[in-house]
Amino acid sequence: MIWLDTVVQGVLLGGLYALFAAGLSLVFGIMRLVNLAHGDLIVASAFLILIVVETLGLNPFLAALVAAPALFALGWALQRFVLNRVLGKDILPPLLVTFGLSVALQNGMLELFSADSQRIAAGPLESASIDLGIVTVGTMPLLTFASAVLVIFLLNRLFYSTALGRAFRATSDDAVTASLMGINPKSVFAIATGLAMVIVTIAALYLGMRANFDPSVGPARLIYAFEAVIIGGLGSLWGTLIGGAIIGVAQTVGAQLNPEWQILAGHLAFLVVLILRPRGLFPRAVD
Amino acid sequence: MITRRKLLKTGAATGLAMATPGLFAPAIAQGAKIRIGYVSPQSGPLAGFAESDAYNIESFLATSVGQNFEVIVKDSQSDPNRAAAVAKELIVDDEINLMIVASTPETTNPVATTCEAEGMPCISTKAPWQPWFIGQQGNPGDPASWQPFDFAFHYFWGLEDVIAVFLNMWNQIETNKQVGGLFPNDGDGNAWGDPNVGVGPGFAAQGYTLNDPGRYQNLNDDFSAQINAFKAANCDIVTGVVIPPDFTTFRNQALQQGYNPKIITVAKAILFPQSVEALGEAGHNLSSEVWWSAQHPFKSSVTGQSAGDLAADFTAKTGRPWTQPIGFVHSLFEVASNVMGRVDDPTDGEAVAAAIAATDVDTIVGKVAWNGAGVPDFAKTNVTKTPLVGGQWRRKEDGTFDLVIVDNKTAPEIPAASAMEALA
Repeated sequence: MIWLDTVVQGVLLGGLYALFAAGLSLVFGIMRLVNLAHGDLIVASAFLILIVVETLGLNPFLAALVAAPALFALGWALQRFVLNRVLGKDILPPLLVTFGLSVALQNGMLELFSADSQRIAAGPLESASIDLGIVTVGTMPLLTFASAVLVIFLLNRLFYSTALGRAFRATSDDAVTASLMGINPKSVFAIATGLAMVIVTIAALYLGMRANFDPSVGPARLIYAFEAVIIGGLGSLWGTLIGGAIIGVAQTVGAQLNPEWQILAGHLAFLVVLILRPRGLFPRAVD
Repeated sequence: MITRRKLLKTGAATGLAMATPGLFAPAIAQGAKIRIGYVSPQSGPLAGFAESDAYNIESFLATSVGQNFEVIVKDSQSDPNRAAAVAKELIVDDEINLMIVASTPETTNPVATTCEAEGMPCISTKAPWQPWFIGQQGNPGDPASWQPFDFAFHYFWGLEDVIAVFLNMWNQIETNKQVGGLFPNDGDGNAWGDPNVGVGPGFAAQGYTLNDPGRYQNLNDDFSAQINAFKAANCDIVTGVVIPPDFTTFRNQALQQGYNPKIITVAKAILFPQSVEALGEAGHNLSSEVWWSAQHPFKSSVTGQSAGDLAADFTAKTGRPWTQPIGFVHSLFEVASNVMGRVDDPTDGEAVAAAIAATDVDTIVGKVAWNGAGVPDFAKTNVTKTPLVGGQWRRKEDGTFDLVIVDNKTAPEIPAASAMEALA
């Protein structure tokens, strides 16, 4: 009974990690860019949603809808004018740029919003729960998980059923050959980052409703997001969701044994997968 | 011809060198300002503690006493290594006469340790004294090896005061005396959760049983293990020392899982009104220790303001609600100026340290005097305590919160406004 509850909570937690990881997975999968500012971008988006909620008095979900196009534009511009300039054979320059961006974002937000702990208020939804007979699950974690599944389903449709998705996959496999076929990799990259920022908006919405955030909390969850991407295998979006769930379950089961083992258990699960399947569970691209 | 060597030789012989300090002393008295170095976490996760620094320093320098001082501020960036580095900079490059430092062991300890090594007098506050004193010892596990400090002095309260305040609050309400503990794996969590010297034995002395599932990592996303453990032990009370995001995660998850304790008393998470407001209705009647409030019946020795005046002035100047650190940062400058008023030569570190030890001043946070009252023998030269009471956050109609003092048995001079209430 407690163990079943633990596993269910772990899977739901995995939904949150998968949501954090999906944007990362998209960018990493297409352009091999490790975005170290991903966590800070999530926090920045949460602040934007908060501003929309407070100034327009909207429901947080509607506010996220308002914020999403602005953040798409931001992601597009970020890629177009900053990251595209440093992408190349050497993976170090983009890494350093995103690291610098992370520092600048944190301190910029501290200057703008102060160190106050903020929260996107969701009213009664925050503590609502659904009794499923044997286990009780919170409405918010369930929504988070459902959103993660929906995001990954839609991304998958986009990847495998549209011309844009074909361009994404082609650029990911071989940017040079793709450009011979008339695809401009730089504009594909810009759209991909814009899309990643839309996913970031959704992650920010749940991060902000779930717990307090302040300018410094961004990087903390980045490591779980990375692990989810690696466990799932490069380029596999469903893999990212499963990777998130594996880390979530490992963490809650570890915590049930002893809270000191919570984080360690997640990392151990990651190492075990790396040993057994060094390329992740469902690798798509061949590097 | 007089060469440098000759001058030194004859100077030493005639006692010129002996007289040199005397030559410089009047220069300081005539106008060079006394330099105070201040290290605080102005950015990073601990920045909330330093929110009022700029206000406090500006208003201190504007007073007639403040005219004699220059305050050089350095940001620790909430990082202990950075705190030690800027402390060294202040001592070596800025040639300060006195160091003051505040806000959590992560800031106070590296600075106090650096000052002790460099022979720079240091006044520290806003960290419970055990992590401050014991945390700086070479071997925290062996009480026999603990040494007092020559230059580092600290005023605040200790774990024994928190235990007393929490128990006094809990005794006001009928419970089964089962307590659930949320202690993270950080400096505070390890000190509070220690099975021998933490809060557990203190609770046990009054019949309360602490159920501690173990240390968890800060910024945790899932508390189902703790909630299951507290449910299994049927805990009516939850306590701990939790950071704000984790407390929100815990509180919401507990509500989702149908776990409703009668009392939640936590340190750290609900220190600032902004964090409590973020909880919405779930913040009503949460309780915590209170080290300073606008209702404390104390006056500033520098400006003559009452606690209420200081809080109101802060709100008027910055448009933000008062917080507990304001009083303590103000008091640091009270103590510093009081000490410097009693020394002839501010550049003489040992004389300044002796003056700190002899301090007896009534500040806006209460009496500060290193007289050893209420402190164990090993720490009594360096540590003194200010009063601690218990309070509850009460939600108002407009969604803002008031911190109401509900227990003052530990410091009867501070008025209690109400009695403890159980959570809904």
